Amino acid sequence: MSKNSEYLIERENKQYEVIIGLEVHAQVTSESKLFSQSSTKFGAEPNTQVSLVDAAFPGMLPVINEFCVEQAIKTGIGLKAIINKKSVFDRKNYFYADLPQGYQISQYKYPIVGEGKVILDMPNGQKEIGIERLHLEQDAGKSIHDIDPNNTLVDLNRSGVALMEIVSKPDLRSPDEVNVYIKKLRSIMRYLGTCDGNMQEGSLRADVNVSVRLKGETEFGTRCEIKNVNSIKFMQMAIISEANRQIDLLEEGKDIDQETRLFDTKRNETRSMRSKEDAHDYRYFPDPDLLPLEISQELIEKIKSDIPELPDEKKKRFIDKFNLSPYEATILVSDIETSNFFEEVIKNSDVKLATNWITGELFAVLNEKNLEISQSPVSAKNLSKLINLIKDGTISGKIAKTVFEQMIDGDQDPFIIVKEKGLKQESDPKAIEELINKVIENNSDKVAEYKSGKDKLFGFFVGQAMKESKGKGNPQLINKILKEKLNG
Amino acid sequence: MSDITSQSLFELTSNIKEKKLSSGEITKAFIDHAEKSKKLNVYVTDNFEKAIDQSKKFDSNPNFDLKLPGIPIAVKDLFCTNGVRTTAGSKILNNFVPTYESTVTQNLWSQGAILLGKLNCDEFAMGSSNETSFFGNVQNPVGENLVPGGSSGGSSAAVAANLTPVTIGTDTGGSIRQPASFTGTVGLKPTYGSCSRYGIVAFASSLDQAGPMTKNVRDCSMLLEVISSFDQKDSTSIDYKRNCYSKELSKDIKGKKIGIPKEYRVDNMPDEIEQLWKNGISYAKDCGAEIIDISLPHTNYALPTYYIVAPAEASSNLARYDGVKYGFRSPGQNLIEMYEKTRSEGFGDEVKRRIMIGTYVLSSGYYDAYYLKAQKVRQLIKKDFDDAFSKVDAILTPSTPSSAFKIGEKTNDPVSMYLNDIFTVPINLAGLPGISIPAGKDKNNYPLGLQVIGKPFDEQNILNISYALEDKINFKNDISDWWLSE
Repeated sequence: MSKNSEYLIERENKQYEVIIGLEVHAQVTSESKLFSQSSTKFGAEPNTQVSLVDAAFPGMLPVINEFCVEQAIKTGIGLKAIINKKSVFDRKNYFYADLPQGYQISQYKYPIVGEGKVILDMPNGQKEIGIERLHLEQDAGKSIHDIDPNNTLVDLNRSGVALMEIVSKPDLRSPDEVNVYIKKLRSIMRYLGTCDGNMQEGSLRADVNVSVRLKGETEFGTRCEIKNVNSIKFMQMAIISEANRQIDLLEEGKDIDQETRLFDTKRNETRSMRSKEDAHDYRYFPDPDLLPLEISQELIEKIKSDIPELPDEKKKRFIDKFNLSPYEATILVSDIETSNFFEEVIKNSDVKLATNWITGELFAVLNEKNLEISQSPVSAKNLSKLINLIKDGTISGKIAKTVFEQMIDGDQDPFIIVKEKGLKQESDPKAIEELINKVIENNSDKVAEYKSGKDKLFGFFVGQAMKESKGKGNPQLINKILKEKLNG
Repeated sequence: MSDITSQSLFELTSNIKEKKLSSGEITKAFIDHAEKSKKLNVYVTDNFEKAIDQSKKFDSNPNFDLKLPGIPIAVKDLFCTNGVRTTAGSKILNNFVPTYESTVTQNLWSQGAILLGKLNCDEFAMGSSNETSFFGNVQNPVGENLVPGGSSGGSSAAVAANLTPVTIGTDTGGSIRQPASFTGTVGLKPTYGSCSRYGIVAFASSLDQAGPMTKNVRDCSMLLEVISSFDQKDSTSIDYKRNCYSKELSKDIKGKKIGIPKEYRVDNMPDEIEQLWKNGISYAKDCGAEIIDISLPHTNYALPTYYIVAPAEASSNLARYDGVKYGFRSPGQNLIEMYEKTRSEGFGDEVKRRIMIGTYVLSSGYYDAYYLKAQKVRQLIKKDFDDAFSKVDAILTPSTPSSAFKIGEKTNDPVSMYLNDIFTVPINLAGLPGISIPAGKDKNNYPLGLQVIGKPFDEQNILNISYALEDKINFKNDISDWWLSE
């Protein structure tokens, strides 16, 4: 990154750098839980998706869901990471009402996936973020404190759901990078179908590690971990607030305590949850109910052969094959649904126009209506028809916008709109000449002014001619004939 | 025909198949005997009414192809039984009724057996005398105020006192073999992975195994055949070809190499145990076996290793008994207070002691010195056996360093209690099969057992050796019915 785009926090002639590492908890896309056959469907009635294993009844034993293991391997491959052929499930012991076993089955010393990387497309170039590891673990249930005034209620539907914890190296340096990193991670997993990345449903959450140091310093400062932040916006707010808190302490000559903190979204500040001294002793040890997880090279190869084209590769192809700018390509590949939509549109229509229409008009509508591209009110099929109408000169770009506005209402076919409303572009030179003659006749004073050197008036004549044609006149033709008439 | 309750499983199944006895008659005989035997305190929960109904049902439509046709069987209260209270000998599960069945007990019912009831045991199988049970001591039918061993003490007493034809126990460090030895009965701990752990209240997952407890070796082979099965619900269950143990049972052990480990000659071992072992060796020779002196050099470390590994796993396994979901709850002002009160009141002293030890050895700063080191020693112990089994087919040792002791004698001295398991724990640590058979008596006329240890999955071999020795030893358990009441 170039110097001028560095994210630094200034204090009396001093500049502080912010060091960020993320532990992202991504829910594995799977019908059933990590160690039981209960459903993982979101939004079910409380405690309706709970097996005897999930509720930790006496004598119940975990049995690994192989599909979740394959999903983790797939994600590891997507992160260009090492897949560990042998990994171990450990018990992380602690007491809580929504943790029925009294321990969480996780992976501690030997995770299923080792080091990898994620490439970020930042405005001034690419940046590589290291992945430390990815491991599989069970989610806990949910404690609900606000239904009953005297009791905490527990919903175990989530208990035992498979999570991937993806730990980054402390390579992130700004809230912007965190934004791009999370989106990229989410994009890769959505391409792979291993996590839906739905933050509203809690499918993607993160623990954020923050430390600060004076610019130029090479040692890391003491870090604090902000637990369980569930949106990118809150992650960014938490980082800014936490970094400033730490800098304030340093400026006052105080030490930073290594601790776990919580982000209070209402007050926009972090507060201490527990200090290092109070840290849980989780007493990790290998779960004796489960054998070490052994993965064959054949399985890894089989999964590799099923890996779809990922965002980085797709971007390269879009640039090489379709001559898109890196910026356009980045936008179009950022989400698998968007790139699928784009590729569907360009099957039968012009790439350049498709790029402009999707990133322009369509995105504007989606933004305005707060919709995902999968909910697009205009289908790829009809958008490609519209583009073809522009391309073959049936309608002008301007008319196309009018047509598009109507298409939004129920995904209407542009052919029908153009036909019914008579919006077909007027491209008959004689007809154009006729209406231009009319404009010249009606504006003889302006013609005189133009001829005496007021060139700017040309636009006025174009506008009048377009108005005369009710917007349907072929702009190129109007230009051409007007020039001939006025200059001739 | 001898009294019904004193018949072996083999005799009862033969009599049922030959229609000399009905399931109803047999079931009623055991229930009647139990009604008069309450003083032994073997039952935590009886299932008598349902058992009578089920025996009638069997008799109305008998299936003689089954391996346990209409045979009533009581089981250790560590096996979860669908609709029948399962306590694990603990107050914390006093009111717990499972809605599911353990795989091992399901295997019994699938072969025609009928549940008589749930047998007393040490709390969460932690104990060697049945004295840690919330439901009180079990009397050893061998003599009044004598412990029946543990943790499967209710099971061993029930078999010895003819209150069930056979039973199943669980063995984490000797909990089948030691009580068998104390009561003059046969008890086998199968290879780890042979019997499913699904539905068995867990003590130490890497050591726990269910196994048969019977009057004789043949019954033992018949029962093992039924309960041993591969089970996908237990990730540590092993898929291998299991023998028809009873069909292949044979006294021909000619040429078998039997190892005698010198390290099992412990300090202060009573002379009568030494003599018992010598007798066993000479019987084996008489049967044509070859006796070979072997060394298991890490034997001394087995007990301390066991008392790190087992409590470590137990401390985590028992975390689920927290008063939140099922079982006993003592209310508190907040979650922490509820936990503290529930677990303080719900668990007994021995369980708490082991949870404390386990929590300690897993704590950061102690993990490497205790748990990790114990795991390494466990590998060395395993390797001792691997090396020995390259030279011999089986190993013969005493089952316990002493005979049954008096109730209360060792309750204030946990270490002396733990020493009871000195000959049995190495077998669990190594995951091997081991069987205890009655082999003699001490000066008080209390039974003593010999243990035969086998290679992994070689249950057939140790059953055969035991079968041959049993024949030579010709042990008679003379139990007077001192406890009977009208």
